[in-house]
Amino acid sequence: MIRIALLGFGSVGRGIARAILAKNLEITVTGLADSRSGIIDAGGIDLAAALARKGNGGPCGSPGVSPADVVAKAEYDVLVEVTPTNVETAEPALGHIRGALRRHKHVVTSNKGPIALAYPELRDQAAANGVLLKYEATVCGAIPLIHAIREGLAGNTISRLYGVFNGTCNYILTRMAEDSLTYEQALAEARELGYAEADPTYDVEGIDAAIKLVILANTVLDMQTALDDVERTGITLLTPDALRLAEDQDCTIRLIGEIVPEAGVLRVSPRIVAKAHPLVVEGTLNAVTVETDLAGDLTFIGKGAGSTETASAVIGDLLYIHDRYVQGS
Amino acid sequence: MKLEMKDQPGQLVAALQPISAVGGNIIAVIHQRETSTTAETLDVQIVLELPEGRLENLLELLREQGVSVVRIGEERLLYECTLIVIGHLMHTDLSDTVDRIDRTGSAEVTELSLAMPAINSPSSARIIIRSTTRAEMKKAIRILRDVAGQKNLLIIEPLEDA
Ligand SMILES: NC(=O)c1ccc[n+]([C@@H]2O[C@H](COP(=O)([O-])OP(=O)(O)OC[C@H]3O[C@@H](n4cnc5c(N)ncnc54)[C@H](OP(=O)(O)O)[C@@H]3O)[C@@H](O)[C@H]2O)c1
Repeated sequence: MIRIALLGFGSVGRGIARAILAKNLEITVTGLADSRSGIIDAGGIDLAAALARKGNGGPCGSPGVSPADVVAKAEYDVLVEVTPTNVETAEPALGHIRGALRRHKHVVTSNKGPIALAYPELRDQAAANGVLLKYEATVCGAIPLIHAIREGLAGNTISRLYGVFNGTCNYILTRMAEDSLTYEQALAEARELGYAEADPTYDVEGIDAAIKLVILANTVLDMQTALDDVERTGITLLTPDALRLAEDQDCTIRLIGEIVPEAGVLRVSPRIVAKAHPLVVEGTLNAVTVETDLAGDLTFIGKGAGSTETASAVIGDLLYIHDRYVQGS
Repeated sequence: MKLEMKDQPGQLVAALQPISAVGGNIIAVIHQRETSTTAETLDVQIVLELPEGRLENLLELLREQGVSVVRIGEERLLYECTLIVIGHLMHTDLSDTVDRIDRTGSAEVTELSLAMPAINSPSSARIIIRSTTRAEMKKAIRILRDVAGQKNLLIIEPLEDA
């Protein structure tokens, strides 16, 4: 059994709760908070009831309990931080994570802010306190890319890593190519289907993809980079004509994030890619190719977002910690 | 560039060594025994890339090795790269953009397909650049990026290098 405190009860938080209810994962939630309320219950929170309250538009718990209370007072083994990403300050997630590490608690997060902005500090604090900090869900949702690079490809040198890191842009470009839609038409469609936010800047300007590159560079590629180091061009100026000109040569255009560690290159930009290339995936899928010296080239394809899919990555991290650290507790 | 020679015993080895000595890069060695030729010789074609101005030097070294070169075929523009450019291409003097690459002398725009857009909206063009060496291609793309910065154009580069 592993006890978790869950901060954030939106798409990802509820996905985690539903998976815990649906499967026997040996995970008990002893603390829970959204933006307005919280619950602390050492005996295990009734998740079905909390989901129902949330489903009716209510808060998940009582207004008197804050996320900070949950971090500081609940009895848990792992803090699961799934509140919204802030790429400027990383707050409130950064404060939550620091608080949990201070209490010698493991941390699992899907929140890109703290990992992109403060990884070295958090890693050192976790190591000093003998706990783990895991963040698989921050990059490419369900694809276990960080685990694959850290564990499966340990001992390899990565010469280049590149791919499709943003499902929203991939959807828009897929639709522009398929039906000659303009960028504006494809974006409107993506919004209607819930693939794009009301303010899509973060996705379409390549900021989201750039943050994921920074996370990979700083955590598994031994680089020290910041968002400003990423050369970045979004997809907003692409025309149906440009896609057709690519199409004429059996190619298409995709927003590609690329890291060349040795050259210190990090860039996000639309690129011409042969349609037969394994990175040319449809719809909201993500795909990443890793070029290594021993293993050769590997391409990972999967869902980069979604409630259940992102929950999968969080649960993978939780069970990893469970197997190594909390067994028998 | 292509070198053709008769393969008498040992000639191939003798030919390959000077190529690397002058900083050349062997791209392919094509061995072809032709039925018409006499028994002990065969044609060898070597496709290689040479830094500018090293050809004389190479031929001299080959002569010293006793390699007889039958024919030299020069194919200058070995590397090809397709890019797409989006922006107000006409208003920003498309032919000047192309000129700036052609002026390098070692890379040139060999193909340009322009899609005519609605009035006042940005146009899109596909351009193919050919160059003598990989380094020259990199340089040409750098020039294009600079021009794009000045003229507010969006350059879409290929995923893979030339
Ligand atoms: N959705 C995905 O597919 C996906 C994939 C990969 C990574 N991520 C990352 O995972 C995180 C969560 O994403 P999401 O899609 O679940 O977001 P979401 O649906 O917007 O949910 C965010 C949750 O956090 C709560 N919250 C907001 N501010 C808070 C605060 N100060 N303290 C405590 N809770 C707070 C919200 O409370 P209310 O319910 O009261 O509004 C809500 O429950 C983000 O960092 C995101 O970047 C998401």
